Formats: sequence, structure tokens, C-alpha cells
Amino acid sequence: MELSAAEILLWIVVPYACLTTFVVGTIWRYRYDKFGWTTRSSELYEKRLLRLGSPLFHFGLLAVIAGHFVGLVIPESWTHAVGVTEAAYHFLATWLGTLGALLLVSGLVILVYRRRSTGPVFLATTRTDKFMYVMLAASILSGTWATVHTQILAGGFGYDYRQTISPWFRSLFLLQPEPALMVGVPLAFAVHVTLAMLLFAVWPFTRLVHAFSAPVTYPLRPYIVYRSRDAATGGGTRAPRPGWEPSTARRKQR
Amino acid sequence: MKVMAQMSMVMNLDKCIGCHTCSVTCKQAWTNRTGMEYVWFNNVETRPGLGYPRTYQDQEKWQGGWKLTKRGRLTLKAGGRWKKLASIFFNPKLPDIHDYYEPWTYEYDMLLNAPAQEHTPVAKPKSLLTGKDMKISWSANWDDDLGGSTATMQQDPVLQHMSSHVAEELEKTFMFYLPRICEHCLNPSCVASCPSGAMYKRAEDGIVLVDQDQCRGWRMCVTGCPYKKVYFNHKTGKAEKCTLCYPRIEVGLPTVCSETCVGRLRYLGLVLYDADRVGEAAATEDEQDLLAAQRSVLLDPHDPEVVAAARREGIPDDWIDAAQRSPVWRLISDYEVALPLHPEYRTLPMVWYIPPLSPVVDVVTSSGNDGEDGRTLFAAISQLRIPLDYLAGLFTAGDTAPVERVLRRLAAMRSFMRDVNLGREPVEETASAVGMTGDEVQEMYRLLAIAKYEERYVIPTAHAEVADDLEEMACSLDFEGGPGMGGQGMDGAGPFGSSSGQPTPVAVENFHALSSRQTADSPYGPSTPGRVNLLNWDGNGRPDGLFPPDEPGSDAPREAS
Repeated sequence: MELSAAEILLWIVVPYACLTTFVVGTIWRYRYDKFGWTTRSSELYEKRLLRLGSPLFHFGLLAVIAGHFVGLVIPESWTHAVGVTEAAYHFLATWLGTLGALLLVSGLVILVYRRRSTGPVFLATTRTDKFMYVMLAASILSGTWATVHTQILAGGFGYDYRQTISPWFRSLFLLQPEPALMVGVPLAFAVHVTLAMLLFAVWPFTRLVHAFSAPVTYPLRPYIVYRSRDAATGGGTRAPRPGWEPSTARRKQR
Repeated sequence: MKVMAQMSMVMNLDKCIGCHTCSVTCKQAWTNRTGMEYVWFNNVETRPGLGYPRTYQDQEKWQGGWKLTKRGRLTLKAGGRWKKLASIFFNPKLPDIHDYYEPWTYEYDMLLNAPAQEHTPVAKPKSLLTGKDMKISWSANWDDDLGGSTATMQQDPVLQHMSSHVAEELEKTFMFYLPRICEHCLNPSCVASCPSGAMYKRAEDGIVLVDQDQCRGWRMCVTGCPYKKVYFNHKTGKAEKCTLCYPRIEVGLPTVCSETCVGRLRYLGLVLYDADRVGEAAATEDEQDLLAAQRSVLLDPHDPEVVAAARREGIPDDWIDAAQRSPVWRLISDYEVALPLHPEYRTLPMVWYIPPLSPVVDVVTSSGNDGEDGRTLFAAISQLRIPLDYLAGLFTAGDTAPVERVLRRLAAMRSFMRDVNLGREPVEETASAVGMTGDEVQEMYRLLAIAKYEERYVIPTAHAEVADDLEEMACSLDFEGGPGMGGQGMDGAGPFGSSSGQPTPVAVENFHALSSRQTADSPYGPSTPGRVNLLNWDGNGRPDGLFPPDEPGSDAPREAS
């Protein structure tokens, strides 16, 4: 099948460009900006809405991520092999996915409303944050719409993305991209996939990096941490220079 | 036995006049930054009172510190590791800003720029969180000197453990000040609470610190600390706390709060302790036995076995020597007059207090009796149950016996020294009645009352082997992005906002803070950019706008005038 330039761009170039930005950007950000690596919690300012919104959003997100993992990474043949019928899969994926999306979207709405309506929280919102919120909301809402539109409203078993999107997604990581699979994918999914790729491209440059800080090793370490002064301070904020190196500081200042 | 050294502090509450100099100098040194406006690494509370943040001592509410499980094992009161992870998206036990206070400034600019009018212009308070007008209703020491205490004092968590009748009587008879810094505990619950492992206890001197590069802002440490002495910087999204002024300690200087203490009531020194027995001591079943348990963890630096064990652990000889001369060790273990603050939190705190005798003396004197007579004072100490109960609620988990013993020693010293000073024969029985000798009393008097600088602060320096770690102290301004390189410096934002990018060396940060303060009257932007605030000008340099521009043609050199 002949692919148009737009299709090659969308389903080969953009994914790899975004993936590269995501990986390289994250490594760069971690090396350059450990101090800025935080989500700058606003719990100190406002607790009532956050108490509801944040767990709704994050637990919803964990459910959605798990769903994406099952849908995208595990091939259809594997679930068939262990005896999961198409009907059962469709039923579980659609309804668990919708439930996750419901939690996620309601959490997102509460959080965005809180951010806009609480004075100190809004003041603490940077331009990068606002941009990130737009990208994040676009991905989430388009994904929710895709599920509702093609899976619930369409009737039957809905659109079987495990024949198209999932193998295409896996082919990217096998370095054998098969863009042809994406031709004819419903618009809602195409939009969602594109927005999600862009979200991953901006990911390392926003507060979303806090996701990589999930403290999964906390239960494994002893409660009290001791560190030696030598190890902790390293060499200050710059590598110590040998005493004999001629200083260039004065010349540069002039 | 694993010997470790701990830099620790003792405060003699009898001498605290509540002047807040320690708080102010600490704030100037460490927390005069955006995001830290509400933070006082050192604060002075009037007792009885609510404290800062309000009612922080009520651990049923705030869940700080440790508790024992049914099987007698030590666990975090706010919940163990798994519960922490489950509540990572929302920390249910975090004080919000109003439990501290909403930080504010005043619209000073209005005083200078208001047009001529009938009424004097006023500087309205402005919230530093929203930039809007606000009504000030609480601060870090709102109930200072029992101000407004009739409205709030009943909420004092220590008082609530006492009977209501007593609480009402208390205010009439008793008031004292309690300066507080981070306790640099032997069993720090903030460190244990940190999911990222960013908080740590320094192996060399026991100072508890936050690694700013590793902190991810989960805020569990704020909940974990029962003294609420870890704070969340709401600008950078990182935890910050009292560092025991480690850059000063490392070069043998006392902390800023100690150095500037007007009453000379702070003592700094090393104690050696057995790290292997910390957990066991913290898990002592009866809360009232925790004081004795903690004392037993501390090791006698004069004991040859301890010295040998310390050497095996690589503690240098000058540190062992400093531990032997430590005023903190003497006050805790030789004279046994210092007590830990709230041992029942099971963190084994290492800032100890000598409870105040002066309120008792005041009561005795005002009733027309001799407030310096040993026998009168002894009788008064035993009779004045109210202050005793309150002090026991603070320092001994409610057990009045150790507090009474301390107050009797202080009373004996007072009485004994009066005889010495009046040239009378001192009564040895006064000393022996409290289990001391006359010579010991005189030594204790020298340490507590004369309190020479060299005796108050015995601080061994960090070792020369680590000298290049201290390089920042000699920092020039030529690092990447610094003013010497024409970079943006402190105000210049990194790509992800002002708190991102490489950390700015303190010297550079101060340089920028100073120059921006010279030209800014308010945190939300000066209405007259370029103007110099003379109140903050340090007299150096020639800031733009301070002097009128040179007149063309004038050849008289200005500098020479």
C-alpha cells in the first residue's frame, strides 16, 4: 500500500521524534535540573478540593495506564491463548476503561477548577504548567472520547484497536515500524495517539517528570538514613579545581 | 557498641527573656526568601500557649513521631511505609498555611508615593500568597507574653492533659519562654518518613539535613516530625529545615541562634552515643522511662572503653577531646539538670532544656518570703504543683520527679551561691541535700551563670581532609550563569521557572538578593523601578538612581568629595 507523506510523518517520524525527545530530554533534565525535579505541591495552600481531586486523578490515571499496558503491549493472540474471548476482553476493557476515565476526568476537572479558583494556587501556576495542563487534558479527553465513541456508542465489539494500533505501537519499539496498520484508524483514535505522542515530547520539560520519582524503593530501605559528610557534599556546586590551575575568573569578569 | 558523635544543644530556660533575637537572626541568615516567608527554623514560644504551628504538640491530631505497635515494635505514628505510599497523592495530616500563618508584608510604597491629602497615608497589609489585602489574625508568636491568651490558651495541648481547674490557675502564676529549633534527633521520624530517602542524619556529627537535589516534595517529613520543624518551601516545592548552621559548626563557630543569644543561654557540644541501642531505647514501653533510656544511650566520653570504641569507629582524637569537654554532656549527665523536650515522641531529641526555676522564685518573693533561701525554695517547689505538672508535660512525659529534682538542684545552687557571694560560710548541707558537693555546685554555677563563651561552645572543626568541600565559602562569582559570567543569577529564571537549574551558591544568591532589595520596596514589584530603598542600602557602591546624574561638563571628580 502506498502511504502518503502525511501518514509517514504521523506514524513514523513524529513517534520517533517524540520518543527521542522524551528519553533524551528526561536524561538531560535529570542531569541538569535535579533541584527543579518536583511537582511543587500546593497542598499547603488548599486542602479541601485537593483531598478529593488528587487521589481521584492519580488512582484513575494508574488504572488507565494499566489498561493501556494490557491493550497496547500484550498481543491479542496471547489473551486468546489463555482463553479470554473477544467478548470478555471487550466487556472488561470498555467498562474498566470507562470507569478509570471517569475517575481521571472528574479528578482532572476538580484539580483544574481548584487551580484556577484558589488565589495562591493560581499564582503559583507557571506558563509551563498551563501549557502542560492543556496538553494533558487534550490527551485525556480525546482518549475518553475515543473510548466512548468507538467502543460504547458504536455497538457490537466496538473498534478492535488490537488489530491495528497495538501492533503498530509494538512495531515502533521493535524498530520495524508498520505505518500501514494505522491507515484507516478512526479519527478519534488518530487524534488521541497524536496528542499523546506530543504530550510525551513535552513531558521532560514540565512538572510531569515527578512521575519518575514514584518512591517504589521506600518500603525496602531501613527507616533511618545515615550519610557521610564527604559523600553528601561531594565537591560543592562545582568540581574543585587543582590549586595550580591559573584562575581565569578576573579576566572573565572584566 | 557502635559509637557515634552528635552535635547537640542545651538551653537554660531560666535565662531566656523572650527577646526573639535568635529567631530574627536565624531568619535573616536562612529563611529570608520567597517560599519561606512563614518559616522560622528557630522560634520562641510563650508557654503556656499554642506554639508554632498552632497546637503542634497534639499528636492525636498531627500524628508526628513514633508509636509502639501492639507487639512493642516501633512504627511511625502517621502510618508505616505502605500507608505512606497509599497516601502519597494527598497527605492527610499536613498542616496548611493557616496553621502556621499567612505571610504578609505592608504596602510601604504607599507611604512614599501617596499624593498630598488630608489624611496620613497608611501601609495596608498585603498577603504574600495572593498579593491582595488581608486581615492579619495570627502569626508565629501571636500569643507572645500570653497576649490574647484568655481566648486561646485553653487549646494548649500540654494544658489539656492537665485538669481544667489547674489550667485556669496557671496563667496567673506561671509563664516562661521556650525557644525551639530542630531537635536533630537520634531517631528522627522525619528521616524515616521521607519516601525519597532525601533526608539523612550526617554520620560524622548527627546533623539532620535535606538533600535538596533528591527531595521530591512529598511532604511526609512535615507530617513525620512531631516538633513540626521541617517546612515545605512552597516556591521551590522542597522541604527545608534547621541545619544547625552546619557551615558554621564545621569551622568551629556556634550556630547563629547561639552566637546572637542575648541571654547566653545556649550551650553547644558533642555527645557520644551508642547507635546500636537507639532503636531499643526508643521502643521503651513506658513513656516515663524514655528519659532514663535516652540517658543510657549516651556514652561517658571519659570511659576508656568508650574512647577505644570511638577510635575504632574513626572518630578523630580532637573530637573525642571535645566530647570530654562538652558542656552538653556535663549538663545532661554530670549535673543532670537538662531534660529533653517531649521524650514521649520517641525520636530521642538532642536539644535539651534546663527547666526554669525563676517562676517559682517569683511566687515565693511576691508572697513576701525569701526567694533565695534554700529551705523556702525546696518547700515551694514541692508545693507549686501547677508549674511542676506543666514542666513535666513538656520534658518528662508527665513524670514530675525528674523536674522536681532539677529545680531543687537549681534552688540549692541559688542558695549556696548567695552565701558565697555575701562572704558567708556556704552551707555544705544545701549541696548535699540535692546529691552534690559544694565544689560541684560552684562548677555548675560557673557553667550556668558565668557561662563563658569558650565553655558554652565546644565545637571541634570539620577535618582538613574535607577542606575542599568547604570551597563554596571562598566562592568567586564566576560559575556558570553567575554574575561574573554575565548570567542571569538569582532572578534570572532557569528554563523551568526560578527554582530550576543548578543550585546557586550562597554567595551569589546573597549578592543578588542585596542588589534587588536595594531597589525594591515590595515583593510584587516596585511601583518606582530604579529607586533605591535607603533602609536596605548597605552603603556600598553607587546604585543607579541614588545620586543625580553627572552634569555634563562638570570635571570635579565625585569620588574625591
